[in-house]
Amino acid sequence: MNNSGIDLRQLQHPDIPVPEEMQSNVAVTSLSSLYNWARSRSIWPMLFGLACCAIEMIATAASRFDLARFGMEVMRASPRQADLMIVSGTVTKKMVVPIVRLYNQMPEPKYVLAMGACASGGGPFKEGYNVVSGIDKYIPVDVYVPGCPPTPQALLYGLIALQKKIEKQSLGVSASVPWYGGGPSEEIPVPILGPDIIDPRHAEVLRKEAQRNRVTPTVAQSLAERTLSQGA
Amino acid sequence: MTDFMTDQALPKVTDLPSTIAALKERFPDAVRDDTRPGYEGVIVEAAKLPEFARVIRGEYGFNYLSSLTAVDYLGHGDHLEVVYHAFRVPSGGKPLVFKAQTDRQNPVIPSLVSIYPGADFQEREAYDLYGIHFAGHPNLKRILLWEGFEGHPMRKDYQEAYYEQETKPFDSRWPSGHVFRAEEYNPFGHNVRYPAGFTLDNYKPISEAEFQHGMSLGVDIMGDPAFRTDRLLVNLGPHHPSTHGVFRMMVALNGETVESLEPVMGYLHRNHEKIGERNTWYGNMPYTDRLDYICSMANNLAYAITVEQMMRGQVSVPYRAEVIRVLMAELTRIVNHLWSIGFLLNDLGAFFTPALYAIQTREYILDFFEATAGSRMMCNYMRIGGVFKDLPARIRSEAALVNDRVRDMDTMKYLEQLINDRLPRSIDELDELLSESEIIKSRCIGVGLLPAEMAIAYSASGPLLRASGVPYDIRRANPYSIYPELEFDVCTRPNGDIYDRYCLRLDEMRQSVRILKQILPRLKETAGQPIFGGKSSYSIKVPAGEAYGFAENPKGELGFYCVSMGGGNPWRYHVRAPSFINLTPLGEMCKGQKVADVVAILGSIDIVLGETDR
Repeated sequence: MNNSGIDLRQLQHPDIPVPEEMQSNVAVTSLSSLYNWARSRSIWPMLFGLACCAIEMIATAASRFDLARFGMEVMRASPRQADLMIVSGTVTKKMVVPIVRLYNQMPEPKYVLAMGACASGGGPFKEGYNVVSGIDKYIPVDVYVPGCPPTPQALLYGLIALQKKIEKQSLGVSASVPWYGGGPSEEIPVPILGPDIIDPRHAEVLRKEAQRNRVTPTVAQSLAERTLSQGA
Repeated sequence: MTDFMTDQALPKVTDLPSTIAALKERFPDAVRDDTRPGYEGVIVEAAKLPEFARVIRGEYGFNYLSSLTAVDYLGHGDHLEVVYHAFRVPSGGKPLVFKAQTDRQNPVIPSLVSIYPGADFQEREAYDLYGIHFAGHPNLKRILLWEGFEGHPMRKDYQEAYYEQETKPFDSRWPSGHVFRAEEYNPFGHNVRYPAGFTLDNYKPISEAEFQHGMSLGVDIMGDPAFRTDRLLVNLGPHHPSTHGVFRMMVALNGETVESLEPVMGYLHRNHEKIGERNTWYGNMPYTDRLDYICSMANNLAYAITVEQMMRGQVSVPYRAEVIRVLMAELTRIVNHLWSIGFLLNDLGAFFTPALYAIQTREYILDFFEATAGSRMMCNYMRIGGVFKDLPARIRSEAALVNDRVRDMDTMKYLEQLINDRLPRSIDELDELLSESEIIKSRCIGVGLLPAEMAIAYSASGPLLRASGVPYDIRRANPYSIYPELEFDVCTRPNGDIYDRYCLRLDEMRQSVRILKQILPRLKETAGQPIFGGKSSYSIKVPAGEAYGFAENPKGELGFYCVSMGGGNPWRYHVRAPSFINLTPLGEMCKGQKVADVVAILGSIDIVLGETDR
């Protein structure tokens, strides 16, 4: 029955023929597509703002741009109830610790959208001593939205891109979606606030560097070293 | 009764030069003129600083320590200098600038917190970023970075991981240079630097418990012996649905009542000042947008007037540019207050409904900003010597379209409709819907009290200060731009609670509309006149010297303290952020209130984290 205004042809698997006259009432499809179709239209973002981009995120959720059209208006303040983390703003070294912790607390399957230049790669503040040059240094990112800040239209485009990505995912045994086919994903080790931020995954590199017994060189120092060694 | 609450004696001398002369007579050995070219004020011997401060506050009426910051003069005398700007509130007038110097190896300066409680966070910031030890500070620990961080990053010899060169433009970013990714040149691929020989093997980071040491928040049993309760430590933030960004509060509770509150910040500390010192003078303009990201236009204005002040008459701003600047600044004030009221209601539990009303009106103004400056939020519109470009002839507004209004219309007509009709209507609408609401009144009246003396002592500014009954508005107290020729009232409210702050924001929006109505005919008269007074160039050289420029931003006094060595980059670029300093009295305001009111009090202060942490 089609009484909800949904076009079933969107769901129809292209390889399985259904007679023309029945196409508005019957669709043959895979469980994956049906399931993805549903969950891509009910992504609950986490109510979580970092900086300037959060203001545009709020504007996107407000009446003029209306995130509710995409089934995403339910912003959850608890990570346990959220599907999507919109990293909306500059990620600082002090803040990346709670962000990784929040990410670990989100249930599978979970998605991350890096909103704006800062979350994607550090943006105008990249060189700063307290700035992480992109959240993807710590947690996996599904969609990057450029802009400083991205307009609400750009954020909506990014969210539609995420919907498309979800629709293409498979829930099969060998699938890449954590939890469904691929089993639960690993927890991300929480960074440590030491003399600088420490990623526990870098313990090996740290040990190797410690043997050289030098302060980690700046970009300028590394550049000079490389030029010297190339010259020699 | 603390020291600052005693009655102010009438100032002995009122004008600044004779005050300075009298002070030099009073402290013949300890106070001398700052004779460096382009500098103002006096240099005070560090040992005599508390006595000096007590005299100027008690006898000369400089009761408001607006800004405190440090400068590293590495290679220019090799000393650290702490710069203070004190004002008379509410009478206004130029600030008394005084400085104290100390050596770089073992920097110690007496703390002024006991005389000016508003120095609290600012001294902690100077300690954090410069390593200056403020002797006698009750709670001297890092504020923007974390305990255990290596080094004091604002010192001139501190180089961050991605350090390339001292000043911009970096060679690598010129057309002839090669473009590279900084990540590839760091062994960790991240923006990090570790001390020599550092490993994780035996490393124990400083724990939260140690970090909380000194917050006087320990858990113990207390109260009436018949009904003993634990003191409970509650952590609010940095991820918290109260929508004020990544701000954290440690709250000690006795039942539901707040015993003490300690703000923890720095979760959005993105090194604005360090980056600002590497940038060119022009290059800082877009960064100021990202300070208080709701009011980018007003930030632009404050920075532009600071640098114009430093140029010492080399640039003059044409009249039309001033008119456009005031237009933008007042529209920004309305945007900010709408937003602030909407989200204050969020904090009270009216989840998003009033905010949606506010955001809807805000979109009309943003459409105008977008048509004029090219961006909705980060306008980067003002220039040193004018504005970036003139108003467009026509404006295409999608916000207007949603409400069945004309889609593409003449800009002046759009502004007229906005200012004469839409904005007053929206303000009245909010007023009608909210002001008499029983819930709002019972939640807001008498909550989060900040008496006038305390507001001044804690260096509160903007609506927070005026809602406590202090008629201090920089647009009147230290006029800039064309405000002297405009008619408007400095609004105040007497009680200093949440409700007064809310009402004051409504009042101020109405005054802004009144100013805007006077701007409209001026815009028409000046049509076609120049909007930029300087010479077009990619970069400017600013004469050596210092300047403190400040403006009445929607959130309070936004000041820029800049030092130039005569080059194309600032030697020191400090932001006196109203959101940061307005948080100083938060702990006092929340004491004795219920935990549910803490977020509402925070909302009524109206902070933006981009500016708090910079």
